[in-house]
Amino acid sequence: MTTHSEPTIVNIGPHHPSTHGVFRMRLTMDGENILDVEPVIGYLHRGSEKLAEERNYTQVITLTDRMDYVASMTNNQAYVLSCEALAGVTPTERGMYLRVIGAELQRIVSHLVATGFFLQDLGAFATPLMYSMRERERILDLFEMLCGARITVSYMRIGGVFQDAPAEFWPALRRILDDFPAYIDELEGLITDNEIVTYRTKGVGAISGADAINGSLTGPVLRASGVSWDVRVAAPYDVYDRVTFDVPVGDTGDNYDRYLMRIREIRESLKIVEQCVAQIQPGPVRATNAMLFRPPPGESYVPIEAPKGELGFYLVSDGTIAPYRMHVRAPSLINLTLMKQMLVGWKLADAIVSFGSLDVNMGEVDR
Amino acid sequence: MAPLEDNRIFSGVYGFFQGTLSAPEWLAYFFGGFAVIMTVVNGFLLIGTIFTWMERRVVGRFQSRLGPNRLGPFGILQAIADAIKLLFKEDIVPRRADRLLFNAAPIVMLAPSLMALAVVPFGAGSYVADLNIGVLYVVAMSGVASLAVLMAGYASNNKLALFGAMRAVAMLLSYEIPLVMTLLGITVLAGSMSLVGIVGAQGIPFLLVAPLGALIFLIAMSAELNRPPFDVTEAESELVAGYITEYSGMKFGIFYLAEFSNVVLAGALFAVLFLDGWNGYFLPSHLWFLLKVFGFLFVASWVRATLPRMRIDQILALAWKYLFPLSLVNLLLLAAETIAWPDPSTAELWLMAAINWVVALAAVPLLAMVGARTPARPRRVGFPQEVR
Amino acid sequence: MYGMGIVKGLLVTLKNARRKPFTTQYPEQRLEQAARFRGQEFTWYVDRCTGCASCAKYCPLGIIRIETDPNGGNEQDGGTYRVDTFDIDQARCMYCGLCVEACPYDALHMGSNFEASQARRADLVITKEDLIGREKHPSTWFRPQLSREGYDPFSGQSKDWHEAGRESGEWHPQRPETLPGAGDTRATSDGDYR
Repeated sequence: MTTHSEPTIVNIGPHHPSTHGVFRMRLTMDGENILDVEPVIGYLHRGSEKLAEERNYTQVITLTDRMDYVASMTNNQAYVLSCEALAGVTPTERGMYLRVIGAELQRIVSHLVATGFFLQDLGAFATPLMYSMRERERILDLFEMLCGARITVSYMRIGGVFQDAPAEFWPALRRILDDFPAYIDELEGLITDNEIVTYRTKGVGAISGADAINGSLTGPVLRASGVSWDVRVAAPYDVYDRVTFDVPVGDTGDNYDRYLMRIREIRESLKIVEQCVAQIQPGPVRATNAMLFRPPPGESYVPIEAPKGELGFYLVSDGTIAPYRMHVRAPSLINLTLMKQMLVGWKLADAIVSFGSLDVNMGEVDR
Repeated sequence: MAPLEDNRIFSGVYGFFQGTLSAPEWLAYFFGGFAVIMTVVNGFLLIGTIFTWMERRVVGRFQSRLGPNRLGPFGILQAIADAIKLLFKEDIVPRRADRLLFNAAPIVMLAPSLMALAVVPFGAGSYVADLNIGVLYVVAMSGVASLAVLMAGYASNNKLALFGAMRAVAMLLSYEIPLVMTLLGITVLAGSMSLVGIVGAQGIPFLLVAPLGALIFLIAMSAELNRPPFDVTEAESELVAGYITEYSGMKFGIFYLAEFSNVVLAGALFAVLFLDGWNGYFLPSHLWFLLKVFGFLFVASWVRATLPRMRIDQILALAWKYLFPLSLVNLLLLAAETIAWPDPSTAELWLMAAINWVVALAAVPLLAMVGARTPARPRRVGFPQEVR
Repeated sequence: MYGMGIVKGLLVTLKNARRKPFTTQYPEQRLEQAARFRGQEFTWYVDRCTGCASCAKYCPLGIIRIETDPNGGNEQDGGTYRVDTFDIDQARCMYCGLCVEACPYDALHMGSNFEASQARRADLVITKEDLIGREKHPSTWFRPQLSREGYDPFSGQSKDWHEAGRESGEWHPQRPETLPGAGDTRATSDGDYR
């Protein structure tokens, strides 16, 4: 008697409750086991890089907010640093400190979102997600105090930030800094030692250090694989050379390590914000008032450590008020190129969870 | 007809029909029985509906938010609103679906849990029938649910639904074994398969006497009910909705109701088998029974709110490599104790309880170290060739 | 012991069940908004506006439409235009506030509302009459003078055009020492806060 088997092609389509945006994966499967992965992207392409050529440098800041929409402060920071490198503008001291405070708070927000949705993919019925969102709300209230918007902040300008923090910001920040470590301990108590979580994520989707470097991975994904590389330490920008913090590094690069990296980075970010609050001095927050920024012709690329990896804006200027070309090195896009290597041999359930642990944001991937 | 005559509902309606209306005896009997069944089934489904509301509120509180609270006081009319919404939805049958199986699956899902209700005692002397093979009957009825799941998944003409159904059937079949072993242990301990008899034999609740049995029952029953952490069949984040993806309207409503009513049935069984049924001080027996069932439902919601889901191969590994040996240990222990003390008095029950707790606390971690792990490495990649 | 992590998780959930829920029951309760909230319902002071259309030029989406008449008619003398049409298309506005940043005379401010939905798209365009007739509750976004005095647009108190700008009402485009930007107050901090 002959039995004939065929692989099935399952399409985890763009309309799916848990693909972190419109992402499509075509999996070739043998029963429950994955044989091949083909990611399909482009469903959220909005032409940001082309639009940037038609807008002047300050208007492009509003475009950059919307690329990685979960972490817009760091997008602003990368872009503004690149613009400042084009024209040699030095930002003011207080402006740099406020930038770093905003960026680190944004890192906490982004990692909370990543952790909450990672556990939602694992099936924990939204409870850790609700806890993360509840704490994220408090930080978003801080952003609203700072710049009037919670998610698309447009806070930074060339030469600093656009407006100083109001009086009610500092006590509110102090309250958050005091409460947050206890909250992170509670979240870890719910997740880190949970046998089901370790059972499902330890060893799954492991990427070795050598593969990670060859695949140009950056961010918590790279550090989980054992490579200690953080742009804030390797090429410091703003005031990162004046604050001390640890860079957490994992060992195996599996899903569990990536989750742990993010939790530890939240704690480090809290430390950085504490030090900035202690070191900040009064002064001007913006070096130049010019509405139309006209840099000399040239090009620049200044990478920063965004929550998802190394983010950089490559700007080419031809001396006019709008960039000639802008290209974004999006960490999410580059991090997801190793998906096939990570997933082949594992099961369907692991595909979703591994993708979630990479913390990919489709706004950044497709721009 | 002897047990039914003690039933007040039956005898009231029977008397009404035979006396006032002077109907023939078979008609009076029919309506009397019908009244009993209607009361029991409606009460059960009503508690199932209340449980859907209660779960949303309780899980909401665990997540530090409110559940539904707009419709009616505390949102209690939310369940009715859901039912009305489902009634108004369009009933879609996929074009190439197997219509007979597709339409029959919800019925096959709901009917057995209603039938299993016939032997469950709700209070002192309050049951539809006291079969002396009650436990066997309940196990048989709960086994039909896997058939309904497979029917639904296959008939939907949807690859993902079939995935969900396959996973579900594998899981349900695997967890029948530890469940039946546990029930066997309880039967041996109580000396009878009748549920009323088991409640009578509980001098102290069997939760204390057979903790291993209770633990295995809880885990295996969660898997049978497709509740977290074993809800792979309806894993929203993976398969959208598993075997019920293609269902809409009231057919989906019946699946939904059947799932929640099964949890209530499991709660009733847990109360009868392990928590000493309807016995308690002060309050009437029906109220005690309800309290025990709602306690189980609260724990079920609590577990749902906290634990993530396990992968299907890990679930099967847990059943075969961990729960099955554990249930054998439980069975052997209870059988040995029943041989030693055939008709245990309360003091002997406490002694058995002490021995059982010690063995449970030892066996759970020891077997875990040996049994339940699946190796965390990818399967060798390569496609199976044609087999001749 | 195996299973302790699960038990710890269950206890954490139970502890959270005893906390007060975090929900704000909209619309009966509302969240507190910051004074800098960039909302809809722009605040426009027609007496300060000169028709320079810097806001329209600076908008990244090009949704502001200004039509002016060079035949004057404004109270201040010298060099201002009368604004005939001032349309802001809220359907495409992203509330970035660059128009407010661009205005040299502090005539345009962000509003503080977020509930201005309409049933038809055509109704989403704010016209000049809407802007003039509205109550003025300017947001303190990019207005350090309002932020410094602690003005809260949600307190119900409205701001007259004399009080909402960088200087009081006496300025003139041909007297440079009264112009905003003299002394470059934009680039200073809002005060000695820590």
